[in-house]
Amino acid sequence: MTIKGRAYIAGAFEHPMRKAPDKSVSAIHAECAKGALADAGLSFADVDGYFCAGDAPGGVHSMVDYLGLDVRHADGTDTGGSSYIAHVSHAAQAIISGKCNVALITMGGRPRSEGRSGVKQKIVGANVPEAPFELTYGPTAVNEYAMATMRHMHEYGTTSEQLAWVKVAASHHAKHNPNAMLRDVVTVEDVLSSPMIADPLHRLDCCVVSDGGGAIIVVSPEIAKSLNRPLIRVLGAGESSKGLLGGKADLTYSGAVRSGASAFAEAGVNSQDIKYASIYDSFTITVLMQLEDLGFCKKGEGGKFVADGNLISGVGKLPINTDGGGLNNNHPSGRGGMIKLIEAVRQLRGESHPKVQVNNCDLALVHGTGGGLASRHGSATLILERV
Amino acid sequence: MAANESRIMAIPETHPEHEEYWKAAAEGKLIIKHCESCGEYHHYPRVLCPFCKSEKTTWKEAKGTGTIYTYSVMRKGSPYVIAFVTLDEGPRMMTNIIDCDWDELHIDQRVKVAFMQSGNQNNPGPCVPCFTPSMTENS
Ligand SMILES: [Zn+2]
Repeated sequence: MTIKGRAYIAGAFEHPMRKAPDKSVSAIHAECAKGALADAGLSFADVDGYFCAGDAPGGVHSMVDYLGLDVRHADGTDTGGSSYIAHVSHAAQAIISGKCNVALITMGGRPRSEGRSGVKQKIVGANVPEAPFELTYGPTAVNEYAMATMRHMHEYGTTSEQLAWVKVAASHHAKHNPNAMLRDVVTVEDVLSSPMIADPLHRLDCCVVSDGGGAIIVVSPEIAKSLNRPLIRVLGAGESSKGLLGGKADLTYSGAVRSGASAFAEAGVNSQDIKYASIYDSFTITVLMQLEDLGFCKKGEGGKFVADGNLISGVGKLPINTDGGGLNNNHPSGRGGMIKLIEAVRQLRGESHPKVQVNNCDLALVHGTGGGLASRHGSATLILERV
Repeated sequence: MAANESRIMAIPETHPEHEEYWKAAAEGKLIIKHCESCGEYHHYPRVLCPFCKSEKTTWKEAKGTGTIYTYSVMRKGSPYVIAFVTLDEGPRMMTNIIDCDWDELHIDQRVKVAFMQSGNQNNPGPCVPCFTPSMTENS
C-alpha cells in the first residue's frame, strides 16, 4: 500500500502569537484547529480523525473531549518535534484504509511563558532504560546537539562560520515575516560573537523559545477536490528511529538517512527535484546534518553547501524555512515540525511572502528530527506536490 | 579554566538489576556488560544483549581507560563538560570529563575513569563513573 497521491493537505494555520502567558495550552490547540478548518473551508463537524503528540495536554483523549470532536480514528503518536510530519503520513494511511476522511492535527505549547529552554536538564519519566546512565551527566538539548556538532567538525572540517550561514539565511527570511519572533538580519560575525552556550554552539546557533502552535487538515482526494483551495497532495513519506546502538554510537549522521530514502522512493523523485524544503532547525547543526542525510549534498559537505547564502530564497540553490524557521520565526513547545509543514503548504500554494516565495513551487520536502541528535531521535520526511 | 565541580550530579534512578554496577562504582570500579554468546560488550547495561539478543550477559570489569569521542563544555549556569568516551573495550558511554582544563580538551584525547558522588552531603547518591585526562597528556 502506498500513500502516494492518495491524501491531500487542505488546511493549515499557524497561531500568530509568540508569547501567550494568558492562554492555556489546550486553548492554543483549539484556536489552531479552528484556524486550519476555516482555511480549508471545513467545520469541526467534518472532522472524523484526530492526531496530536506529547505537547497535547492530557493526551489524545483529553483533547478529543476538550475540542468536542466526534471522531472514529484517533492517534497520539509522539516522536518529539517531528511528530506532526509523521502524523500527516499516518493520516494519509488512515484515509486510504477507510478509517477517516478529514484528519485534524493540532499542536501548541507555551515554553516561553513557562520558562522552559534547551539549556535546562532533560526530564524523563520513571523507568526510562537509559536514564540511570545518562541523566546524572547533565544532558540538555543544546549540549547534546553540541556534541554532534563537535564530532562533525572533527570528522569533516565543518566550521562555525559555515554553521552561522544557516542562521543568516533564517534571518534574511524572517525580516519579511511580521509574526516572526526575531526579525533582525544578522551576519556571520554576529553569530560568532554571540555568547557561547555549549561549545561549539553559540546563542545564535540555537532556535527561539516561543509560545504558539499550529494545525493541519489532511483529507481524502474526493474532499480535497470539493474544496476551493489549491490541491497539495502527499507524494511520499518516511520515518525512522535512531539511537546510540548499544554503545556503537555514530553521531555523524541522523535518522534522516533512512526516513529520507523511504520518502524519496515512495514519491519517485530525488533531491534535485525539490524546489523548496522545510528543514528542522532546532540548531544550525540540525539543518546541516539533515541536508547531508537527505542527499542534498554529500556526507561531510554540508558546511560548504549551506555557506554563502545557498539557503536564502532568491539567492541560493535550495531555499529553506522561508518563514524564518525555528531559528527566527517560531519553535512552539520546543517542537518545530508543525511550523515546518505550514510554511511548505504556503510555498506550494504560492501564499508565502512575495519576497521569499519560490517561483513555480510545485514540489516541496518537509523534514523533522524529534529528540536528541546525539542520543535518540525520531526522523520524519514528507514530500508534497502541488497538483 | 578548570571545570567547576560544584555542580550537583542528579541521583540516578536505581534498579535491582543494576545493583552490581553501582556497588562496583562505590569501590572505584567500572563494570560493563559482556555477552557470552556473541562476545560483544555493550553499554548502557541491558538484560538482553542488544546485538544478538542473548540473555547470557555478564558484568566484566573495564580497564577504565578510553578516548574522548566527542564533548561539549556547558557554559550556562555551573559549567561542566559532557562527553562520549569510547572505552578501550569498545562501547561509547555518556559521561562527564572532570578535573580538567576545558580549553585543552580535544577529541581522541586519552582519559581514565574517576568517580564522583551524585547528590549532595545531605542527600548522597551512588558514585558515578566520570573521566579525567590521563596523566601522560595532562602533565
Ligand atoms: Zn550478544
